Amino acid sequence: MNSLILRLAAKRLVIAFLTLLFVAFTIFFATEMLPGDVAEVLLGQAATPEAVAGLRTAMNLDQPAFLRFIYWLGELFTGDFGVSYVNKLPIADLIGGRLANSLKLAGVTAVISVPIALALGITAAIKRGTLYDRIVSIFTISVISVPEFMVATIAVIVFAVYLGWLPALSMANEVTSIGGLLKAFAMPVITLSFVVSAQMIRMSRAAVLETLNTPYVEMALLKGASRRRMVLRHALPNALGPIVNAVALSLSYLLGGVIIVETIFNYPGIAKLMLDAVSTRDLPLIQSCAMIFCLAYLLLITIADLVAIISNPRLQ
Amino acid sequence: MSNLVEVRNLRVNAKTDSGRTVEIIRNVSFDIAEGEIVALIGESGSGKTTIALTLMGYTRSGCRIVEGSVKLAGQEISALPERKRASKRGTEVSYVPQSAAASFNPAHRIMDQVIEVTKIHHLMPIEQAREKAVELFRGLALPDPDTIGDRYPHQVSGGQLQRLSAAMALIGDPKLVIFDEPTTALDVTTQVEVLRAFKSVMKKGAIAGVYVSHDLAVVAQIADRIIVLKNGEIQEVGLTTDIVQRPQHPYTRELLDAFEPAPRVPIAGGRNEPEAPLLVVKDIVAGYGKIGNARMPSLRVINKVSFELPRGKNLGIIGESGCGKSTLARVIAGILPAAQGQILFEGKPLDPDLRKRSRNELREIQIVFQSADTALNPAKSIADILARPLIFYHGIGGKQLEARVDHLLDMVRLPRALRYRRPGELSGGQKQRINLARALAADAKLILCDEITSALDTVVGAAIIELLKELQRELSLSYLFISHDLSTVRAICDEVAVMYAGEKIEQLNPDAMGGEASHPYSRLLFASVPKLDTGWLDSLEQDPALLQAYSRR
Repeated sequence: MNSLILRLAAKRLVIAFLTLLFVAFTIFFATEMLPGDVAEVLLGQAATPEAVAGLRTAMNLDQPAFLRFIYWLGELFTGDFGVSYVNKLPIADLIGGRLANSLKLAGVTAVISVPIALALGITAAIKRGTLYDRIVSIFTISVISVPEFMVATIAVIVFAVYLGWLPALSMANEVTSIGGLLKAFAMPVITLSFVVSAQMIRMSRAAVLETLNTPYVEMALLKGASRRRMVLRHALPNALGPIVNAVALSLSYLLGGVIIVETIFNYPGIAKLMLDAVSTRDLPLIQSCAMIFCLAYLLLITIADLVAIISNPRLQ
Repeated sequence: MSNLVEVRNLRVNAKTDSGRTVEIIRNVSFDIAEGEIVALIGESGSGKTTIALTLMGYTRSGCRIVEGSVKLAGQEISALPERKRASKRGTEVSYVPQSAAASFNPAHRIMDQVIEVTKIHHLMPIEQAREKAVELFRGLALPDPDTIGDRYPHQVSGGQLQRLSAAMALIGDPKLVIFDEPTTALDVTTQVEVLRAFKSVMKKGAIAGVYVSHDLAVVAQIADRIIVLKNGEIQEVGLTTDIVQRPQHPYTRELLDAFEPAPRVPIAGGRNEPEAPLLVVKDIVAGYGKIGNARMPSLRVINKVSFELPRGKNLGIIGESGCGKSTLARVIAGILPAAQGQILFEGKPLDPDLRKRSRNELREIQIVFQSADTALNPAKSIADILARPLIFYHGIGGKQLEARVDHLLDMVRLPRALRYRRPGELSGGQKQRINLARALAADAKLILCDEITSALDTVVGAAIIELLKELQRELSLSYLFISHDLSTVRAICDEVAVMYAGEKIEQLNPDAMGGEASHPYSRLLFASVPKLDTGWLDSLEQDPALLQAYSRR
């Protein structure tokens, strides 16, 4: 039956690839529809019509949009992201360092928040209806309802202004020691962890609760199994699919959705880069950033789906 | 202190979602001697499973033992701390669930789950436990006893899973085994084997048992004594032969009567000239998946089925689960368009696809589904549910609509006040009546009844059958009555078609069921229906070759 798993996995990958293509199409033509002519914008108000026409030819802007889409796609696949309109630097270089920063932040946040969130969610499900469960539930609901800029601002006020423990800005590039790393990351990581954990806690609690209500878990109880065994051995393996999906969804937020956090802490990540690109109308940079966000999202979701497929015993 | 189980004045309360407290077990007392099998019988909601579970020191969430004592081998089980109770589960008292398919964890191999009890309680080394499990598999007449444990639950059939769950219950050498409707979800031919397997292991090991069931005939085969329950109270206790042959309590008699429904009385009428049949089904082929060339679906469920249904008569379709009988109803209704064949209604051909049929054609054939719970929209009131087909087919409104809804409720013998309720506030039998009323609202000529009594208690189901008969007399309806239950079919149908593996094997008169002329499969099927006779199972002789040939387990 393993060919079945392979077939399903291949199908998932093909779907992911098609989604990526579709998103590329959407991104390209959405930016295409923005008003204004790039060449005119670049050359400023004093430009002669000849100069504009020359630049248009040089940038292939006089060719049909669809053709330019194909060129752009081909360049993307060969790893050539093009050149920034604004400072003429290759986009790959611009993004490179920023992406590494963002990944670092995302990685640290994931390492801290995933185990804590899953532990909280699963234990809340085990102790359903107790004081502990209620505290966890109230905590997650309040975290979901409080916007992240609020969490971030309060963190700055408490830790940087009032207590003076941490710097208000995160200069990830200047980190030299472990202590420095902790200091630079502490506040953005805390803020992000709050945001992404809430969803994971709720989803893992719900998934485990659902499996705890199945007849096979009741059967385990009637076989004399302990609470711990019922959850870890009988409920958890069957709740894995939804939990992994919740984790993937939450983590995908760490790349694309961190604009506010990166801005507040002035963290040099990719989301902030994209924000800057928007204000300078740097279209190739915007497109590349959007593609990277989409790729990361698809990657996580596809991995989650693959885990769900593999962990399903009916397919083995 | 000779009794293994002593239950005294047991009272269990349950908290409903709205916070109300309901008494579900009232003052129940009984004993079980060592090695004795006692049946708890009653309709759904009578508290039989709740009582059985208290013997394991367990109540489902929301339920609580408020009074009384439950003693197992002299020990008060409800007073023990949870850890002590857990240590008895699987070793002293064990459980065989109603649906083994749902009670096996899909994520683990069968063997690991069967021997889990020995692991939890540290009874024996793994190797020894495996050997013992294989031994039990053999005793329960399971195929491939050496390797069946290596499979996952979804890889074996329902009947096998049910026996495997018995092995799971027996591995810890319990003194008492609780069987909770263990054969209810099985086909009759499978049920016979499973019952035999249960009976032989229980007798061999002299293990005491509690057998929870709603089916008197099944219980009569296996139990020494029967306790009849209703609304959480004991109605009658007696030896199995006494209960079956000399019932004292009126409720027990009612149960016994429902088991043998009143025989069908053919409608007398001036049916002199042969009329054109109402429904003709010719060489229907249907299934799922892509329809390939030669108009053949990739997964064929119905193969060349033909029959005729005369006006005002009823045809029963019987067969085991998976034989295609429900699919046949869906094909006639047009929900699943047939790939080949023809459906003639009143002599005119019907389009296989429901979407291409005219509204009038749709109106004339109505379908009533098995589960009223899922067929009725829980968010709508009964009046809305019944008004929908009236508006759709007849375009009536206002006062007339109100009057028709009232009339429909009268027809299905329900109080008119029910129109303001929602389906969730009705009992199972009432919901099924609404389900039926909705079909009547269309003024149908043919009603396809798909297992409409299967989810109901016998007494309630028998009442629905009576209602169907009355409606037929009043409205000259025809029913296509699909069921796996032979006695219900016999109660209402003029002709019966037997289906097996997507094919119609034969069509016969219900009175001749099991007669000499029948096809061997029909004979096997009819012979497997339990009879209200304590010696039926032991005296039943089945041709093993026949069983082999017609078991797709």
